[in-house]
Amino acid sequence: MRVAEKISAASEKEALVRFEISDLNFYYGAKQAVFGLNLKIPKNRVTALIGPSGCGKSTFLRTLNRMNETIRHTRVSGKILLDGQDILQMDVVGLRRRVGMVFQRPNPFPKSIYDNVAYGLRINGYKGRLDELVEHSLRRAALWEEVKDYLKKSAFALSGGQQQRLCIARALAVDPEVLLLDEPCSALDPVTTAKIEELMFHLKDSCTMAIVTHNMQQAARASDFTAFMLDGKLIEHSETSKLFTTPTDPRTEAYITGRFG
Amino acid sequence: MSRVRLLWRKSLNAVMLTLTGVAAFAVVSVLFLILGYLIWNGGRSLNWDFFTQLPKPVGEEGGGMANAIVGSLKLLLLAALMGLPVGLIAGVYLAEFGGKTFSFVVRYTTDLLNGVPSIVIGIFAYSLAVLPVKHFSALAGGVALGIMVIPITVRSSEEFLRAIPGSLREGAMALGASRWRTIATVVLPAASGGILTGMLLSLARVAGETAPLLFTAFSNRFWSPGWGQPIASLPVMIYTYAIAPYDDWHRQAWAAGLILLGLVLLANLGCRLALRGRGMGRS
Repeated sequence: MRVAEKISAASEKEALVRFEISDLNFYYGAKQAVFGLNLKIPKNRVTALIGPSGCGKSTFLRTLNRMNETIRHTRVSGKILLDGQDILQMDVVGLRRRVGMVFQRPNPFPKSIYDNVAYGLRINGYKGRLDELVEHSLRRAALWEEVKDYLKKSAFALSGGQQQRLCIARALAVDPEVLLLDEPCSALDPVTTAKIEELMFHLKDSCTMAIVTHNMQQAARASDFTAFMLDGKLIEHSETSKLFTTPTDPRTEAYITGRFG
Repeated sequence: MSRVRLLWRKSLNAVMLTLTGVAAFAVVSVLFLILGYLIWNGGRSLNWDFFTQLPKPVGEEGGGMANAIVGSLKLLLLAALMGLPVGLIAGVYLAEFGGKTFSFVVRYTTDLLNGVPSIVIGIFAYSLAVLPVKHFSALAGGVALGIMVIPITVRSSEEFLRAIPGSLREGAMALGASRWRTIATVVLPAASGGILTGMLLSLARVAGETAPLLFTAFSNRFWSPGWGQPIASLPVMIYTYAIAPYDDWHRQAWAAGLILLGLVLLANLGCRLALRGRGMGRS
């Protein structure tokens, strides 16, 4: 409850909860990776997940669209509510359409730029005006101006940063309510990183975001809330400005000041 | 460290370097020797007639192997239709779905099948497709070659599918694509260049098989309409012509060998070019 109070106190506008995670445990075979995690991810905000490598933050992120199910011998327990609905009971295709994901390394398909963006629409049986939606998605990902004359070219012709924005456009094309970003900038240079952070800022109007990052400055710059994880447990979660200036847990302080991790 | 030892080391190094170089050169030169020998012996018989005429009756000079060229192509078509789909789908299974034990069994049997002598596969096809109908046929030859195409196709398809990074699969599945949809729309297209290459190479390999055709497709000195008749093929013609007592036939056998080798080289070359053009999905 402390977390919820902080959120409501922190945000001047109403911050509705998009994801409500309670008592989440996750196992790779016999090895437990996430321990009794409770977290609320507020709507139309950016929530950053920080913590040392192997602390379970990516694993946690991937439970939110059930991507871990593609790995054999994994098990999840607890509750994850998306707008009050239990995602573990949902149809996984519908869930992933509502909860998009951008990965650590840009992973465009070996298709044209256009076909990359249209992919999600096509497999979901969308029959409307593809051209418009492709343009709209590319604009939202701040890539349209750079690629509008090359839509039929292979996505591999783009630079790394452009590829990552293409992947964001591809995820946005199906108009997801949530966008999960798993270290989206770790393979990119600072200029491109800044572009993506700016893009995230603008996307807040229409999208809830959760971002895993190793870059503390990025979490501080780009997120509204920050959750710090250690050894599979959530240690602290609060407003980003508060967590970085006055952390309550000594382990959080040790991590953000660079004393370990 | 004495100077003698240093000298010893250096000379040993030089000797080994020379040895590996000579071995590598020998490997390359074998192909060129064969090619040169084929051209030297068969080049003269390689004319327009060779591609357009039927074999002449014994005693007459000239004629060609048009029926054998078409026959070989028809047999390869049958082999492709029978072997490639099974091989590809099994390869998809191994790369994308396979569990541990059953996959091991499939891989192991595939490798064994690859090692089965072609004549044994010929006998198998003979009892399967010749004995029941009591006559040789193109179909029976296609069965024999089709079986031989399977193992290479399975393993090469599997390898090329495995080379596709998992992040592509995740990208598609994160957009709501099912497992099968992901494979069909992202993974297979990404690997298509390599898979097609593997298929073409497996066909090129069986194009030269003689033993399994001897008692399945048999041979034919005339055109073989349809699929139910005995049919001529280049390898069997080479065999027949090479052991015949006529110089003209010997030359034609060399020419047929040249054509066969040319086809295989062309297939290889085409694959290389195709692979380079499409890449493995990297920028």
